[in-house]
Amino acid sequence: MIATPLAAVCRLISGAAVQWHCDPHSDAQRIYFGNHSSHLDFVAIWSALPPRLRQFTRPVAGRDYWEKGALRRHLAGHVFRAVLIDRAHAGGEEAAAAARASVQRMADEMADRNSLIVFPEGTRSLNGEVGTFKSGLYHLARLRPDAELIPVHLENLNRILPKGELLPVPMLSRVVFGPPLHIDAAGDKQEFLARARAALIQLKAL
Amino acid sequence: MTLFQDTALLSLVAGVLALLVFASIAGWILSRRIATGPGRATVDNINARIRAWWVMAILFVIGVATGTIGSIVLFGLISFLALREFVTLAPTRHGDHRALFWCFFVVTPLQYYLIWIEWYGLFSILIPVWVSIFLAIRTALAGDTESFLERSATNQWAMMICVYFVSYTPALLMLRIPGYEHQNAKLMFFLVLVVQLSDVLQYIWGKSIGRHPVAPSISPNKTWEGLAGGVACATAIGAGIWWATPFSPIQAAVIAFVLTIMGFAGGLIMSAIKRDRGVKDYGALIQGHGGVLDRIDSLCFAAPVFFHLTRFFYAP
Repeated sequence: MIATPLAAVCRLISGAAVQWHCDPHSDAQRIYFGNHSSHLDFVAIWSALPPRLRQFTRPVAGRDYWEKGALRRHLAGHVFRAVLIDRAHAGGEEAAAAARASVQRMADEMADRNSLIVFPEGTRSLNGEVGTFKSGLYHLARLRPDAELIPVHLENLNRILPKGELLPVPMLSRVVFGPPLHIDAAGDKQEFLARARAALIQLKAL
Repeated sequence: MTLFQDTALLSLVAGVLALLVFASIAGWILSRRIATGPGRATVDNINARIRAWWVMAILFVIGVATGTIGSIVLFGLISFLALREFVTLAPTRHGDHRALFWCFFVVTPLQYYLIWIEWYGLFSILIPVWVSIFLAIRTALAGDTESFLERSATNQWAMMICVYFVSYTPALLMLRIPGYEHQNAKLMFFLVLVVQLSDVLQYIWGKSIGRHPVAPSISPNKTWEGLAGGVACATAIGAGIWWATPFSPIQAAVIAFVLTIMGFAGGLIMSAIKRDRGVKDYGALIQGHGGVLDRIDSLCFAAPVFFHLTRFFYAP
């Protein structure tokens, strides 16, 4: 109900010019993966989607942030229908097991209809550069080889709402959806992550 | 004063309406004649521009017809959108974030509020003095010295061009001209009409007979032929609508001439900035034109000159 006006407001704030290099209306299940530099990132992708797809596209977000306060909980649960995961802070066996469980949950939550929005860098970049990808994207892609992997390059959102700021400065931004990527059956992890990152960065020049 | 009580203002609106109808018909004929080939892209662009002109003209007339508040809101929004386009191209860093937030959400509304309460004294110095000082301090406090001079200078200029200069258009409503009380909306109309028509006419003359660029390193499209033709025609039109202004026909011609030259200079300056930043347009909000700033570049530099000439000579 509130999703459509909210998406319009988000587009206004982010002043986003949206470019599609894949079919915007495809019903294929997708994993949108973007570069992360701002709290606005997933909203920017989410609001750029056609309304029909938006209701089946769920952002993956950190539980610690989105379960704070009633408003965030409502937005995450009922508006964005986010898949909330626990962020692993420490290393070791336990954290690795938790990470595996999180990826398994993402794959399960996709079911046979949903798409996901993920940020494979795991954290927001401070300077707008695209950092190295964590292995979550690889494992998710292995669990859901049927899904299209769509790189999404977000430009300027770190200037609109940088890390550590509460209020946005409404500059113009750009959201570029790239052509789909697939994972090779025997694909090497590092090779895949590097390829996915390159596909994302390359969208900057389009 | 409302739109419907002033026959001169109604005549101006009717004239603009007639011009747009004429342009739409001409555009339609062009699109029938030139269906293919390299000229087609130009024709499509011209028609997109004409459609956008309809929207802009309607918004402007609504702004004028709803009185002072309508004009202030309209130009306040134009400033906001222009500032947004300008700052996007500026080399800002995280250290500018809070200063810029002030610019968008406090200074811009305040500048237009000062027009509403007709506080000319503060209106005229808010941005050049107070904001200029404030921005420098706020950016310095953020502590980032990386290209500090470039960043603070760019932000100050963004405020001058996008907010201060643009706000001079509705500021015309503050002027008290003896014998012309409550009619200042027509001054706004005169300014916008002359400047924008000068742009259009320079474009038409340039496309038709333009050969020699004025500043080839900035824009190959701005030619001496276009400039001369556009300035001459727009000056004549400005003189022709003297009856809507407090000026005599000769005075209206001189002022219109100055406005067209300032408009041309504004377009040139804003193109030089685009060249510097490596972009073609400031934005994509207005079909066929580019961004808001691409459309109002000439107005930015003509409005303050028009205001101060009128104030100096006509509003003692």
